[in-house]
Amino acid sequence: MADYISLFVKSIFVDNMIFAYFLGMCSYLAVSKNVKTANGLGVAVVFVLLVTLPINYLLNEFLLKPGALAWLGEQYATIDLSFLSFIVFIAVIAAIVQIVEMVVEKFAPALYSQLGIFLPLIAVNCAILGGSLFMQEKAFVNVGEAATYALGSGIGWWLAIIALAAIREKMAYSHVPAPLKGLGITFITVGLMGIAFMTFMGIQL
Amino acid sequence: MKDFDFKETFLNPIFKGNPISVLVLGICSSLAVTVQLKGACVMALSVTIVTALSSLVASLLRNTIPNRIRIIVQLVVVALMVILVDQVLKAYVYSVSKTLSVYIGLIITNCIVMGRIEAFALGNKPFASFMDGLGNGIGYGLILVIVAFFRELLGSGTLFGFRIIPESFYDLGYMNNGLMILPPMALILLGCIIWAQRSIQKELQEK
Repeated sequence: MADYISLFVKSIFVDNMIFAYFLGMCSYLAVSKNVKTANGLGVAVVFVLLVTLPINYLLNEFLLKPGALAWLGEQYATIDLSFLSFIVFIAVIAAIVQIVEMVVEKFAPALYSQLGIFLPLIAVNCAILGGSLFMQEKAFVNVGEAATYALGSGIGWWLAIIALAAIREKMAYSHVPAPLKGLGITFITVGLMGIAFMTFMGIQL
Repeated sequence: MKDFDFKETFLNPIFKGNPISVLVLGICSSLAVTVQLKGACVMALSVTIVTALSSLVASLLRNTIPNRIRIIVQLVVVALMVILVDQVLKAYVYSVSKTLSVYIGLIITNCIVMGRIEAFALGNKPFASFMDGLGNGIGYGLILVIVAFFRELLGSGTLFGFRIIPESFYDLGYMNNGLMILPPMALILLGCIIWAQRSIQKELQEK
């Protein structure tokens, strides 16, 4: 249990998707103009990460890893399909996003109208594919750990986008030099937030 | 668009319509690789190749792709190119490919690749699309290399791993700026690049 909590906290604060790895930066900058839409995208990212990451974990475990096909029989044990992982992961993500969109539209129309435009966008959000690739690299021992990691990094992303959106809403009233307005100052803000987040580095639980 | 303006297609994305500093596309994955110039150069090259080739392929296929499933087709084309690049890197520069780790794979979801296919390659001839992809890749790489140059020079005192700042400086009390190696500095440097660019090109400023 302690392992899970440690992994969870670590993936939120220490290995934060935005501040430590710059993942999902495009939509992070584009959709953080106000807190409400930022919140919608944040929820969608947590949700999709939580669904896709365990599936990709199982695929990696039973299809892609060197020797993963051993369950089919002796002669398959030496096959290494890991070069296919990019294409398999992205296909899974695109398909899941599509299915999630349809399911949400059918069963939760209110949520759909909130998330609507963001769901398709998420298929090409680096944070989602990045989560799967990091999962492959970190070699988790079971699905539970993969799901914990997904939840943690999703929440970290959510936290980051809400924080930035709140700051940007306030910044509209500040006097920013003309060439820095908009994009420039946003980058610098994110950088400063990143430095603040670095204080979590080296946390031991 | 029968004949295209070579200069316009190729040079515009490098300076005036730079994908990073003006369009804000594809910052996602690649800033983390700018700690060292070598990694940044390899990354810039990989992105350029992927963008150019997938624009070319997408443009060749543009009349046969049904509109409704075009995103999936584009993803497959891009993923294929990225796998090729990844395999080549693993075979020839294994150490660099290890340091870039997941970021090569993340070129797939780099918005600039998909963005150029959507915005340009699906409506233009193959050669024009190829040049457009090439130009965007180079414009993208340029920013990466500038950021990496400052980070490696100020953060470790080296360029491409060679010592640039002489030992005598250190004897006099010069110290490397450890902050430069940390990830947030990439963003702040990028902010400064945008600042500089927008001071020169006033028409880009946001009101």
